[in-house]
This record gives sequence, structure tokens and C-alpha cells, in this order.
Amino acid sequence: MSIYKRRKVINKLMRAITLLCAILTLVPLISIFGYVIFKGISSINFDFFIHLPMPVGESGGGMSNAIVGSLILIGLSCLWAIPLGIAGGIYLAEFGNNKLGTTVRFAVDVLNGVPSIVIGIFAYTLFVLPMKSFSAISGSFALGIIMIPTVMRTTEEMLLMVPHTIREAALALGINQFRTIVSIVLKTALPGILTGILLAIARIAGETAPLLFTALGNRFWHQNLTQPIAALPLQIFAYAISPFDDWHRQAWAGAFVLIVIVFLISFISRFVIRLRYKFPTSR
Amino acid sequence: MEEVIRVSNLNAYFGNIQALKGINISIKEKMVTAIIGPSGCGKSTFIRCINRLHEVVPNTKVSGEVLLDGKDIYSTDVDPIKIRQKVGMVFQKPNPFPILSIYDNVAVALKLNGIKRKDYLDETVEQALKMAALWDEVKDKLNASGVSLSGGQQQRLCIARALAVKPEVILFDEPCSALDPISTGKIEELIFQLKQNYTIIIVTHNMQQAARVSDYTAFFLLGELIEFGKTQDIFTAPKDKKTESYITGRFG
Repeated sequence: MSIYKRRKVINKLMRAITLLCAILTLVPLISIFGYVIFKGISSINFDFFIHLPMPVGESGGGMSNAIVGSLILIGLSCLWAIPLGIAGGIYLAEFGNNKLGTTVRFAVDVLNGVPSIVIGIFAYTLFVLPMKSFSAISGSFALGIIMIPTVMRTTEEMLLMVPHTIREAALALGINQFRTIVSIVLKTALPGILTGILLAIARIAGETAPLLFTALGNRFWHQNLTQPIAALPLQIFAYAISPFDDWHRQAWAGAFVLIVIVFLISFISRFVIRLRYKFPTSR
Repeated sequence: MEEVIRVSNLNAYFGNIQALKGINISIKEKMVTAIIGPSGCGKSTFIRCINRLHEVVPNTKVSGEVLLDGKDIYSTDVDPIKIRQKVGMVFQKPNPFPILSIYDNVAVALKLNGIKRKDYLDETVEQALKMAALWDEVKDKLNASGVSLSGGQQQRLCIARALAVKPEVILFDEPCSALDPISTGKIEELIFQLKQNYTIIIVTHNMQQAARVSDYTAFFLLGELIEFGKTQDIFTAPKDKKTESYITGRFG
């Protein structure tokens, strides 16, 4: 066999192997989606969205409180963690070329690796113990901390991808540094930053461990933000380990709704960005 | 002929490296001054000192005097923002803002500095695009993306963007080095038009271009100004041996 023929055969073989690996990585994703949708859709009905959980032993009921609770927890976390993360990312990208920047970058990466349950304990000591109550606030604090590293580092990376010539062009037009960063550079990088934010939201939407001893969960409507609040992952957890078939079905439905919520948040924000940005930067 | 810019004993540094050594030069109003010299001789650094853009690079330093209309732009009470509004700049590679429309690329500096009157913005954008000889090509697609234009059109858009701020002086940093000959011809023609209203300093690698477009030429070498004079004199009867070897292509 000539060298050329051999090379062609090896080429085909290697391509087939890489294709196979690419498909293999899709298998878990598709099977999870498929299974959750299959199990979830069959247990979902209108009641699931508008009713509270039923007392033990009674069938039916829903997770309306957990759905709303999860949305509140996610919203509250975003409210403080996204501005903080973006501002920190701006510092790292625009002014962080120094010792402080290196230290912050390292610290944030370490924070990213801290197990979420440890962050839960931290929130517990900082909020739950002094307030003498589990609460939505402590839950959002824990979830926000989990969001920060992702938001901050994506912001930094996306800002650094904006060519230096764009900054200089803006400065040379007599636009001040604040406006250059916020209205030109940040705006150019925003679609990329949004991707980071969505990743962070997707991650905290499913976090259960840090909520176990902060938000705690609630079988009823929460009274206010300083009281325990229900959350989908907590509810799914509680129902999944229960001995009742009916609750198992509801746990599947909850998992399905959780996936749909994450999907919707991502879909809507991308849609909004696309409306406001007629010319997405190509990369 | 009025003097617009007077540079005396200008030194510029990147960290410990001195990029400009004691430059003295006087730029005349409504004239085109070309800066020529081999790569790394400080041409770009020199013009970036005139709109205070040198200092935005970390670890850089400038000393000396740059008088613009008789006032030192490096004196402590001068706002660099105001200087950059008076001294516009066009860069080597066309760099329109990718997220902005053609219209907004031209209007952005005014908008971000608080000008909101639509009729005034419309008028300024149209005027700037006309002066940059781009209006006829883009007037029907002002809402299209700035980066959808060709390279030469993008560069003219960048010129329009600089003109919209209503500067006195425009700095061109090798504006044609990324363009084809036809686009280059258009930009040169444009420079010829613009000098009726603006003082122009152009850095160029291309000596034919310097000879074609400029009234005065300055030859830089290793951070020093070797020779400065009327373009005709520099190209026909250079006084310095180094200038002569450079323009006859013996080095650089």
C-alpha cells in the first residue's frame, strides 16, 4: 500500500473516531433531556402550576410555591451578584494588569472551586444564625456567591476580546474613559457577557446543597424574604427521596419545569439582546 | 501662514525606552505635514503625543511642550478629553465601532458627550459623511452596520467620525497601509480636500505618498527628527546625508 493510500485510510479512520466521540458526548445530554421530558410531561398538569403541595397521603397538588420561590431566589441573587461581577470584571480587564488584579483573579478562581455546600454553611453562619431564621435572603446570598466567579471572569475575558484599537478609537474621539468602557467596550462585549450570566443562572437554578440550610424550603407560600422559602431543587429532592409514587411523579415534573425555566430565561434574554443589537459582533 | 502646533523638546518613553528624543517642530495651519522614517523610529509615537493618546498606554511618559494654538496641552489644567476633541485621529487599520450603525459611528462622540438634538445630529452626520466623500455611497443605508462596508469605505467612515467632532487638526497614522491602490487614491484625494479646512499631519511609510500629499515633510530616525522642511526641498535637495540615503532607498 502506498504511503498516500495509507494516509488516506488513517485520515478516514481518525475522522470516524473523532466523530464517534463527538456523538458519544451527546448521549448523556440527550438521554437526560429525553428522560426528564418523557417522565416530566406525563406528570405535569395545570394543577401543578397553581396549587400548593398536598399534605402527606393526599394525591394531586402542585409546586406553585416552589416555582415562584425559585424565580425569587434566582432574581434576588442576580440583583446583587451580576452588577458586582460585571464591575469586578471591568476592573480586572481594564485596570487589573497589576498585583491586585492577579490576586483577585486567583481568589475568584479559588472561589469558583469552593464546593457549594461550603458556601451554604458560610451563608448559614453569616445570615441564618444572627437572623435566627432560614430565609430567602440567606439563600440568595449563597447563590449569588456561586454566580460571581463565572460572571466576573466571563466579563473580563469578553472585555479583553474587544480589540484595543476600539478603545483607542473612542478615546481619540474625545470620549471619556467611563463612557468608552461602558458605552463602547462593554456594549461590544455584552452578548458574550450575557452567555456567562446565563451559564451562572443555569448553575444556581439547579443548586440544592447551599439552599438546604439557607432557604430551607417551605410547603406553603413564603411570608416574606426573611422567612424560609420553597425552591424547585429542594422540592425535587424532598419528593424524590420520599416513598410515595405520586411524589416521585411530581419530582419528575419539577425537574422538567426547572429545565424549562432555565431554557426560557436563556431564550428570552438572547432574544432581547438580539432586538437591541442589530449587529452582533462576529466571533 | 499661522503656526498651529509648536513642539519643543518633546521626549516620550515606553517604560525605560526613550522613543522620542528632544523633538522640535512647528506645524503650519491648513497644511499637510508628512512624517516619514523607517519602522520603529517614533513616527506614530510622535503624533500620539499631539492628541495625548500616548499616555493611555500603561507605563508611558511624556516630557516637553506641545503648544496647540499657543497653549501647552500638557499643562496640568488641561483636560486631555478637550485636546482629543480638537485633534482628531485616523488609525492605521480602519476601526469603526462594530456594534454601531454607520450613522451612530459618526454621531457617537457627540451623543456620548450629551448632544441629543436630532436635527443637529442629522445635519452633522450628513456633513461629516459628505466631507469624507462617503455620503453618496451610504446615504440609503445609514442604519447598516459600519463593518459591513469595504475596507476603504470603513476608513472614510473613520475619517467622517473624526470630522463630526469638529477638530482643528487631524492626525493620520498610516491611513492607507491596509488599503488597496484605488482606496488609497480616494483617501489621498480626500486629504487634499480636507486641508482647505484642517491642519493635517500624516504618518506614512510610503515616500511617494508623502511627496504626493504633503506640503511639509519631517524625517524621523531612531526617535530623532533629522530633517524638516518643505516637501519639495526634502525630496529634491535634502540637507542631511541620512535623509538623502533614506529617500533614495538606501535603507529603511
